[in-house]
Amino acid sequence: MFIKKNVMLELEDIQHYLLTRPHATIAQYIFINFRTAEGGRKWVNDLSDIVGNVKTVMVASESDMRWVSLAFTFQGLRKLGVDETSLATFPEPFRQGMAARAAILGDIGINHPDHWEDKIASEDLHAVVILFARDRDEKERCIKRHDEYLQDNPGVEILSSLLLEAVPPYDYVHEHFGYRDRLTTPVIEGMGVEPTPGSHPPSKPGEFFLGYPDETGLIPIQPMPEILSKNGSFLAYRKMREHVGAFRDFLKANGKTVEEQELVAAKLMGRWRTTGAPLVLCPEKDDRELGFDDKRNNNFDYEKMDPHGYACPMGSHIRRMNVRDGRVSRIMNRRLIIRRGGTYGPYLPDDAPDDGANRGIAVFAGCADISRQFEFLISVWANDPEFLELNERDPFAGSIDGAVEMTIPKRPIKKKVKGLNAFTTVTGGAYFFLPGIKALKYLASLK
Amino acid sequence: MAETLENGWSTPAALSIPKEGYFKKEEGRYGPVFPQTPANYGFSVIAKVKPGREQAIRDYGKTIEEAVKGSPNVLAPLKLHYLRWVLFDVGSGLHFMYQGIFDTDFDKYLEDAVALFNSTGLTTVFVNLEGWPEDWKTNLNAVIKFFREHHCPSFLEYGEYPYVSADEVKKALKLKAAFSNMLDQMQ
Repeated sequence: MFIKKNVMLELEDIQHYLLTRPHATIAQYIFINFRTAEGGRKWVNDLSDIVGNVKTVMVASESDMRWVSLAFTFQGLRKLGVDETSLATFPEPFRQGMAARAAILGDIGINHPDHWEDKIASEDLHAVVILFARDRDEKERCIKRHDEYLQDNPGVEILSSLLLEAVPPYDYVHEHFGYRDRLTTPVIEGMGVEPTPGSHPPSKPGEFFLGYPDETGLIPIQPMPEILSKNGSFLAYRKMREHVGAFRDFLKANGKTVEEQELVAAKLMGRWRTTGAPLVLCPEKDDRELGFDDKRNNNFDYEKMDPHGYACPMGSHIRRMNVRDGRVSRIMNRRLIIRRGGTYGPYLPDDAPDDGANRGIAVFAGCADISRQFEFLISVWANDPEFLELNERDPFAGSIDGAVEMTIPKRPIKKKVKGLNAFTTVTGGAYFFLPGIKALKYLASLK
Repeated sequence: MAETLENGWSTPAALSIPKEGYFKKEEGRYGPVFPQTPANYGFSVIAKVKPGREQAIRDYGKTIEEAVKGSPNVLAPLKLHYLRWVLFDVGSGLHFMYQGIFDTDFDKYLEDAVALFNSTGLTTVFVNLEGWPEDWKTNLNAVIKFFREHHCPSFLEYGEYPYVSADEVKKALKLKAAFSNMLDQMQ
């Protein structure tokens, strides 16, 4: 517990998942049960050789197109043989699991874990394999290879799996509602990446990786043993179904023209839908060039530039989840998560009526402290009706049950958009621990 | 605030509270959530002072006064109305009481509070208290546990203008000032 300057991440011992973004078009999450401890340890051992670390994935050639990550639930660590004394040093939210924290996270009513999919709330969920592949053929080859492997290892079974694939149009990264995604992501000190103007300053490694100094300048107390926790991260998994038909109906009900509908869509998000251009910088009209200019698309604040929310409503998604305002939070640098994930389910063409298909996003939020980072974002900034005295919840990440109103500040009198239904439903969630490479070997070697 | 509209700020209200400090057990991130009352949210943290540390605590009164003078909005994220710091001895040794009234529940902004205590030097008052965790610098959970364990919930709270937030009070005063200014301009 001492202050170190210029701490370098041990890139060869950290799984690549949170720090690299391979050019994958497809991914599969495979949720795993260990029938036996021996089978589980053998599986960890056999797969650990193909888990990419940050260093190798960063320098990998285009032809290296398979990226595997392994993470474990609390029950999974216990099944593999981590002793009870060590298990007790893991943080409470992780020990309890996400389903047990449902009330805190607002996962009630239709969002309750009783309705979750993929057997994700089962005590039998022990691990997840996250597989990225450059194309469908490569993904199929990997899945087939893993299925064949499991035939020789009956101690491990697949509980469920989820296919993630980008949806058209492919010219920009977005989810099923059509909102452009991946506009902000934390940058970590020592990685040699400069944050774009207006973005958060580089984070201390300990905000995301265990065993490093965090924003306090100190190394926080860590789970034991050190070989297991060092270079690891926690992952909060969230599967959200998107009700695209309901969302489009809402836009039509609140805007007579396409332009008006796009403005309502932008007001809910805080950015224009297909370009991501921030409302603070272009409140009246979308600006494609601005949206795609990384030097400008995060270069704004709220406190000075839009204190009353006339451009970007206080209750919009980006203003709730990344508050950028010292009056609201002085510790935004301690509330960051690294988001990884994508869309699942079929694309719903613009002019098609809702077909009732299951579609949405399935995301992992990487952090060092589940409660301080992920749970705070969901329980307070997304779901607290008292947030900025709005008496609202986040239109996308909040737990909305029945039609609600959202305030759009406007002169002379604020406007309310009505009939804002739950456009999303939480249909899955779990907490995982993403160990370092040496920790994987340690888990495989347990008795 | 929803409660404001239902009950009306103009009708004073009192609320008696069960021994646990809440009516219905509702889990927050760090334990049961304490409810809003006509006096909004709040806490009363009481702990015994380590022997010989009284003056050290008293001296910090000045430190905090200067911190707020230098940066008046330093505590803004905590949505405070009032803080009260009391030292007392009713025969069982010197005790310290830290009482706050604010507009958000105790659990939600605990990390913000701890970070602000650290940045303003306030935390150094707590090291003079018995039970304060030795590893407070690296163990946020232990600090939060200390505050929760030393919080004595009220059994009765009263509000002359119940459920009104500090922001609403400030907005009302700003409006009053704006109307006053308007009348000046019309002379």
